[in-house]
Amino acid sequence: MAVLEIEHVAIGYASTLIVDDLSVAIPKGQISTIIGPNGCGKSTLLKAVARVLRTQDGTVYLDGKAIHQLKTKEVAKKMAILPQTASAPGGLTVFELVSYGRFPHQVGFGTLRKEDYEYIHWAIDVTGLSEFCDRPIEALSGGQRQRVWIAMALAQGTDILVLDEPTTYLDLAHQLEILLLLEKLNKEEGRTIIMVLHDLNHASRFSHFMMAMRDGKLVIYGSPQEVMTKENLQNVFHINAEMAVCPYSKNPICLSYQLYNKKT
Amino acid sequence: MTASTGVGELSDIAELQKRTHPIRGVVALILGVIALIFTIGLAISLGAADISLGTVWTAITQFSPQLTTHQIIHDIRLPRVLGAALVGASFAVAGAIMQGMTRNPLADSGLLGLNAGAAFMLAVCFAFFPGMPYLLLIVLSFVGAALGVAIVFGVGSLSKGGLTPMRLVLAGAAVSALLGALGEGIALYYRVGQDLAFWYAGGVSGTNWGHLKILSPWIVIAIIGALILSRSITLLSLGEEIAIGLGQRTVVVKVWGMVIVLILAGAAVSVVGAVGFVGLIVPHFTRYIVGHDYRWIISCSVVYGALLVVLADLVARIINPPYETPIGALIAFIGVPFFLYLARKGGKEL
Repeated sequence: MAVLEIEHVAIGYASTLIVDDLSVAIPKGQISTIIGPNGCGKSTLLKAVARVLRTQDGTVYLDGKAIHQLKTKEVAKKMAILPQTASAPGGLTVFELVSYGRFPHQVGFGTLRKEDYEYIHWAIDVTGLSEFCDRPIEALSGGQRQRVWIAMALAQGTDILVLDEPTTYLDLAHQLEILLLLEKLNKEEGRTIIMVLHDLNHASRFSHFMMAMRDGKLVIYGSPQEVMTKENLQNVFHINAEMAVCPYSKNPICLSYQLYNKKT
Repeated sequence: MTASTGVGELSDIAELQKRTHPIRGVVALILGVIALIFTIGLAISLGAADISLGTVWTAITQFSPQLTTHQIIHDIRLPRVLGAALVGASFAVAGAIMQGMTRNPLADSGLLGLNAGAAFMLAVCFAFFPGMPYLLLIVLSFVGAALGVAIVFGVGSLSKGGLTPMRLVLAGAAVSALLGALGEGIALYYRVGQDLAFWYAGGVSGTNWGHLKILSPWIVIAIIGALILSRSITLLSLGEEIAIGLGQRTVVVKVWGMVIVLILAGAAVSVVGAVGFVGLIVPHFTRYIVGHDYRWIISCSVVYGALLVVLADLVARIINPPYETPIGALIAFIGVPFFLYLARKGGKEL
């Protein structure tokens, strides 16, 4: 069952189209990852899915309804987005930023209720930020800062989480912590996770559904077994990959690779 | 959803709840109001003719038109000081909204050509339509401010690639300079320079109850609007994408924000001219004290903006009696060292 249906979308600015005639159905309750080289349009696609960008053509359907026709606050209650580069105004503390995640659920004057505090507490706890609760964000390291933004998205309490490169800037341990957290949210609570990842192996290990893009087009999509093949990686990334099997997920991973020269 | 473990969780939540009780905000607001009332009293009592604070109090509470001192207070001093307070509050709130919306800590209503546009329109009014009723003058001041913004956006969008924040700022500076020069040119050519100078240099001193009656509804309503919008501005200050992701209708917020800024800047410019700094400094000062919630930044900016201009007006009168020093110079004099102090101390945003 698809939670998000993308039908023939074209996305771009003015005269340049970044994504052209893309259609795919993103399954509900699963972890879906978009992979692709720089400039392939994955962030652009993600933004259109999150209704941050309007499509020039085509429609994105959320639970069967056209997303740009839904009230944006209603969408925010179902879908939380973590953009790629997020910078907070100086002086904001961790708690304050995470509390803004409750905005779509607030009414009137916007005072936080007990339920809001519970969400915020949980989000800060589960991202391991409890001891930084009162620190201003710029006093944190890049990785810690990233976790604050993730906590804010989590505090939104939505069924769908859309994350644009959530693990960039994080060290190996923290990368895995975040991915394991997302996996837990998916397994235990049935949340749908849609993300863009640069790390192919992480994508393969944690995803149920993968989409590979190049030059604004969807080259291949399906399970990690279907997508992570030497031939596909060659077409999408222009690399000669040596494939192996992930010891944890049993999905295919790329052991290492060489550059693939199309002329040879 | 949460793996509740009972008492431990609850005490943590109580801990969290402490963080949103804005003690700093409330204290700052109360202190500011007290300081403002005191300064207003002082501003009424001091001047070319000193009047005791006690008399000021009686003049307000038991006004008797026969007494000269009461007359001075009622007809001259009180409207003037109230006018100064309104102007200060307007510039400060306009600056706060601009800084929140544009995410630019150096923004104020002057950034996007608002002040220059209003001042230019006033020059045109003085030159071509002398004797225009005040109500019309103010409305045209708003129109002038809107014109200024429109030109800035237009110029910024002209080149290939369209509008970027950098282009917006550059266009704002250029258009402000242009409109300022045009305004001066018109004033010179049509010899209304003196009238304008009197209008501005008088500034708040020319304010009478008639002016206040027309001015204050606009300003009060705009400030109320700003307070209602303040939560949305906080969200917008996190970034456009974040705000959209959290379900805010950013276009609506920006439109309303601009309308409020237009009204506030237009009104304030019509009284004192294109005075800078108030909108720039006061929000920084309040942000330093109360943090990042624009509900508190804007409410405190109302009070501290009023305080700054009332103080500046007071000093303007007593520094060189019976002559009046231009209020713009005084605001810069008070404001700039403070700004430099903030820049050194605060550091992060500047």
